[in-house]
Amino acid sequence: MSASLQRGINVLKEVIDAPVASFFNSCVHCGLCAEACLFYLETGDPKYTPIHKLEPLRRVYEQEYTLIGKLMRGLGLAKPVSDAELEEWQPLVYDSCTMCGRCSLVCPVGNDIVYMVRKLREGMSVSGHAPEGIRGAVKRTVEIGSPMGVKWPAVQAVIKHQQAETGFEIPIDQAGVEYLVLLSSMEIMNYPEYLGALAKIFKKAGLTWTLSSTAFEATNAGIQIGTSDIARVIVKRIVDSAEQLGVKKVISPECGHAYMAIRWEGPNLIGRPYKFEVIHVLELLDELRKKGVLKMKDSFDEPLIVHDPCQIVRRGGVLDAPEPLINTVATHYIPIVDKQKMNWCCGGGGGTSAIHTEEAEALRVKAFRIKKRQIEEAGVSTVVTFCANCRIVIEEGFDHYEMNTQLLGLTELLAEHLEDEPEGVAS
Amino acid sequence: MTELQLLTWARGTGLNIALSIFVLGVIWRLVEIYGLGRKQDLAPARHRDGASGWNTILRRSLAPPGLFKRSPITYIGGYVFHLGLAIVVFLFAPHIKLIQGLVGLSWPGLPSQLIDLVTVVTLAALLVVLWDRIVKPVKRYLSNFEDWITWLVTFLPVLTGYLAVKHLFLPYTTLLALHILSAELLLVVLPFTKLFHAFTSFGSRWYNGAINGHRGVPT
Repeated sequence: MSASLQRGINVLKEVIDAPVASFFNSCVHCGLCAEACLFYLETGDPKYTPIHKLEPLRRVYEQEYTLIGKLMRGLGLAKPVSDAELEEWQPLVYDSCTMCGRCSLVCPVGNDIVYMVRKLREGMSVSGHAPEGIRGAVKRTVEIGSPMGVKWPAVQAVIKHQQAETGFEIPIDQAGVEYLVLLSSMEIMNYPEYLGALAKIFKKAGLTWTLSSTAFEATNAGIQIGTSDIARVIVKRIVDSAEQLGVKKVISPECGHAYMAIRWEGPNLIGRPYKFEVIHVLELLDELRKKGVLKMKDSFDEPLIVHDPCQIVRRGGVLDAPEPLINTVATHYIPIVDKQKMNWCCGGGGGTSAIHTEEAEALRVKAFRIKKRQIEEAGVSTVVTFCANCRIVIEEGFDHYEMNTQLLGLTELLAEHLEDEPEGVAS
Repeated sequence: MTELQLLTWARGTGLNIALSIFVLGVIWRLVEIYGLGRKQDLAPARHRDGASGWNTILRRSLAPPGLFKRSPITYIGGYVFHLGLAIVVFLFAPHIKLIQGLVGLSWPGLPSQLIDLVTVVTLAALLVVLWDRIVKPVKRYLSNFEDWITWLVTFLPVLTGYLAVKHLFLPYTTLLALHILSAELLLVVLPFTKLFHAFTSFGSRWYNGAINGHRGVPT
């Protein structure tokens, strides 16, 4: 057994807990999880059945933590997990799983399958079986500070440009303000208007805020690849900066895994609760809406549907904010059948969008057909969402299928139609 | 060994062995599984009504939106044979007598004609889910030796019980002995196979509801 494989197996042994044991013992091979997986539905290939993706973890569990498994192993009747097998499983654990968690909502015996995928990725990454694309993103996050290689000067350029564009100030490293705003690289690179939109909204609401030059990136590639040690380093940057600046709240951006990382996994990674609160930007906006601060000067009148990002909604629990916010600005919002926590993934979450092998890209495009159908069935040419990664993936899908559909970020959409005159309402 | 001796053994020693393995096996497996424990979640919880372990234990018995249509046989077959098994095991008068002899508790049973009907329906449902497992690509792909054998040890006690009550094919004594032996086989394998979901699915649903409920998501 190679040293890296041994380390991987050891990590898997460490992450196996009572829920994992309960889940594996409950599975009756009914196959219903496949019916919730976009990769199975769009390919029809049974190997994409979610519970099957966990086979290496199940075997480690059985061989290490059950009496019968240990006996079988002792008698040489159990097949140990090998490097070759983990390599074979890489496309199942990464390319074809976006950790969207839809399967966890349907399993009749209650298995939280995505909970286990997250754990299996710990062993996969440590043993060297994570895909090259995500490994690169992790390396860049650790060495440069962001998965796309964005450095602070690039952020500064965006700040300058957005200040000039909107006429609103974007504060940097200001201690004692109420909110620390985080960004995702994808926003910095592709959707810088998000920052301008926030500046406008904060100004209008009369709230104090800042960006941090040492912790602007919220995306956590460590969580996507499945390495808690790295995820911890990335979360720690934000925690240190937020606690140094003494902010009351940290705002997670329109990025799914960033929210999962900073809001839900973060305190567990660093081993203690934060000294600040983490909220998603939509939760802040919804609070402002309830206070009557989000007054619109006009409305968006095209028919539209919403794409609910998995990590923010289904897995993150931001269930109630999106629809009222949409209805604040849009006059023709069309609720789709599988929405909110039952929504279908864009196909590129969980770090999958960083995998650029031919096979993974072909699979992603296939999986996107489910989103395409949702859009076509609703008969709209506008989709609104609130995750920068979803936006990239969906736009790739639009390009591939040559769809004449526009995709909008919710925060920007709200900012665009927000009343211009600042009122300075205090919180 | 005559048929009567076999029946006597099955009712006495056999039953004791099977029940002992079952009870000890269940306790052992529950400790083995739940003794692993889990780490406390340090992220501050988001509270939402209906998002909890207990809620998921109850609610997961119903098909989530869209799923029934995608796999009707799994749901209908599943409901029918699970309910059917519960009815024939716990509401057939001779079974209640047996349980009363073992633990002292008893309750009213159902008329035997009704039990007959439920048994036939249960057998049919078990055959349908077996057929489904053979023809559905996902189910066939997931299936291993354990899936077929657990199906068989579930099916046999129901079948032999029905044949014994109806006095079909073999002498009553033989059929009753076979019925009891097959039920004992079921008891023996239950803690060590996927049939143990009879116990763990409650724990699994609770964990699922609690883990996601911590984030305010009702599952």
